[in-house]
Amino acid sequence: MENKGASDNIVGADHENGMNPLKKKGKGNHIDSSAPPHVVDRLGGTVQANGGFGRFDFPSTKSIFGWTIIPILIAVVLFLVYQRLLLAIEPGSMEANIIGSYDIGFEPVKDAVIEHIRLILISTGLAIAVAVPAGILITRKGFRDFSGLILSVANIGQSIPSIAILAIFMGILGLGATTAIFALWLYALLPIVRNTATGIEEVDTNIIEAARGMGMTDREILFQIELPLAFPVMFGGIRTAAVINVGTAALGAFIGAGGLGTFIIVGIPLMRDRMILVGAILTAVLAILIDWILGKIQDRLVAPTAST
Amino acid sequence: MIKFENVTKIYTGTSSPAVDSLSFSVPTGEICTIVGPSGCGKTTTMKMVNRLIEPTDGAINVLDERGEMRNVLEMDPIVLRRSIGYIIQQIGLFPHRTILENIGTVPKLLGWDDVRIRRRAEELLEMMNMPLEFLDRYPHELSGGERQRIGVARGMAIDPPIMLMDEPFGAIDPINRNLLQNEFLRLQQEIKKTILFVTHDIDEAIKMGDKICILNVGGILEQFDTPAAILSNPANEFVDDFVGADRSLKRLNLIRVEEVMDSHPPLLRATQSVEEALGYMREKDLRFVYVVDAEQRLKGYVNKKDLAGKKGWVDEFTEPAATMIGIGTSLRDAFSEMLVVDYANVCVVDTQDRVRGLLDIGMIQDAVTKGEALAGASQKEEE
Repeated sequence: MENKGASDNIVGADHENGMNPLKKKGKGNHIDSSAPPHVVDRLGGTVQANGGFGRFDFPSTKSIFGWTIIPILIAVVLFLVYQRLLLAIEPGSMEANIIGSYDIGFEPVKDAVIEHIRLILISTGLAIAVAVPAGILITRKGFRDFSGLILSVANIGQSIPSIAILAIFMGILGLGATTAIFALWLYALLPIVRNTATGIEEVDTNIIEAARGMGMTDREILFQIELPLAFPVMFGGIRTAAVINVGTAALGAFIGAGGLGTFIIVGIPLMRDRMILVGAILTAVLAILIDWILGKIQDRLVAPTAST
Repeated sequence: MIKFENVTKIYTGTSSPAVDSLSFSVPTGEICTIVGPSGCGKTTTMKMVNRLIEPTDGAINVLDERGEMRNVLEMDPIVLRRSIGYIIQQIGLFPHRTILENIGTVPKLLGWDDVRIRRRAEELLEMMNMPLEFLDRYPHELSGGERQRIGVARGMAIDPPIMLMDEPFGAIDPINRNLLQNEFLRLQQEIKKTILFVTHDIDEAIKMGDKICILNVGGILEQFDTPAAILSNPANEFVDDFVGADRSLKRLNLIRVEEVMDSHPPLLRATQSVEEALGYMREKDLRFVYVVDAEQRLKGYVNKKDLAGKKGWVDEFTEPAATMIGIGTSLRDAFSEMLVVDYANVCVVDTQDRVRGLLDIGMIQDAVTKGEALAGASQKEEE
């Protein structure tokens, strides 16, 4: 399970297997002591540390469901949730007080979804703002020596269970959304840093060589060559981070951050299955939807490339 | 003009030099091939010209656009690199950019406007005999040979006086490589660039170079001379070994068919009668003759035995010829073509397919023997 699918999901897996002898040269001088050879991410996908940095890769939605099936599936599930779960709530019951019912509307569900999305957007946005520059920085001359350090810090952040991070920072930052956003931000860093660095490292050394030989400055090489070519891998990291965050954000309810987790956490002690299901299913739908949307954006933005 | 003066490169952490006190110069408008075994510093030598690698010692002077010699080590590396065409092995095209954008890389860096870049790119594609639709394609949509041509076009984008080529045809199959080499040589006759051309293949070095610079491991210059001189008179045992035992055959690379062909070959016109033809063949003692039309274009050939006792016109008995050789082809390529089709003689034609001469195996043999004689003579002179 751990290794299965890893090689066929990772873009350019043949490079890692050393089919391109020219590429390997460039990688040899890379320091990365901290990365374990394989890390299983929390979604069951595989994270492979290759050569320099390793990266997360999310199984392509294309291969699982296809692109158009997903919105239809989501619509069907949402309809069923509405029909079977929400409409079945008796007005005036304890569930109705928390989740709403057909006579008073479902404001709390809408608010929870919005709150959930807010948590993800802010935390992932802040993570991109920090992790992309950090990922670029550790591929620069002079900073490469620190790449191991930065990645180990990010790795440690990743290996602490999310619930533990929430608990620890609750002690420091108190209850509420800020703490949850901080924890989510910490969580999103690693996939983005790694994928940014790996994406840049994987750019064919011949291409960089050609760019330099034609008189591009380091800055021009970074912005015109390295970043555009690394973009698919980088974006894959962002996608992974965002999707991981959807699930982790549900735990935010433990410290009063709001979001869909509230229904699950409140529903369990009350043994209200409908409430738990609403929270759980909507969280899952949100994860799939966000992945789908980001996948679509990725398809739009990525220029048609193939190795030359 | 590119002039190396006692250029030495010692990489940090190593004691022995990668390039050792190298001095030679490439005259303006000539191709100089640098060849040698791996570890001889040929790529290092080339990369020092545009300062991708900094020399440890010595000076490299290039002729700038104002006609002055300037030491590259005193120039801004970015400005320097933009002024020199650079074509590398594996091509290095940018996969996320269209062919137009790829060709326009250096022009764009120099601030050309889009109209001018497009015009120049179109001009270059025409020069390379490639369709203009390619401009909006991406590199992966092109074949290896096409990509290589684009790589060359990109290197020539701003019409730089100096070009550096690092095994530019290395990653291509032998047939296409030969084609590209010929194309490039033809192009070079028009563009007359000063070119430093790195290769590990002695055949390519001989074929492409006006001068060859043979390096030994450690960047030691073993011989710098014209291909003919190196073939007929290798400076030492290393060069002799490197050039190989088939020196005479290699010399065929240096001779063009027009230099040895019979430029007044016996020919028949398609409109001549069979009787006339038989008479002509008896007179010249020929078993077959090539047939041309009124514009001197090759139509085919007729056999004496096919005509014997027949009546009518030559045209009716003409068989198409399996091959013909273009003017400018090297004797080696012509020879190999003749072996392939199993012809003892072939027509040499110009670009309009007009017959300009006839080449037979005997002439090639003579060329080889003459070369041997020359080589022997010059060797004796030295002794």
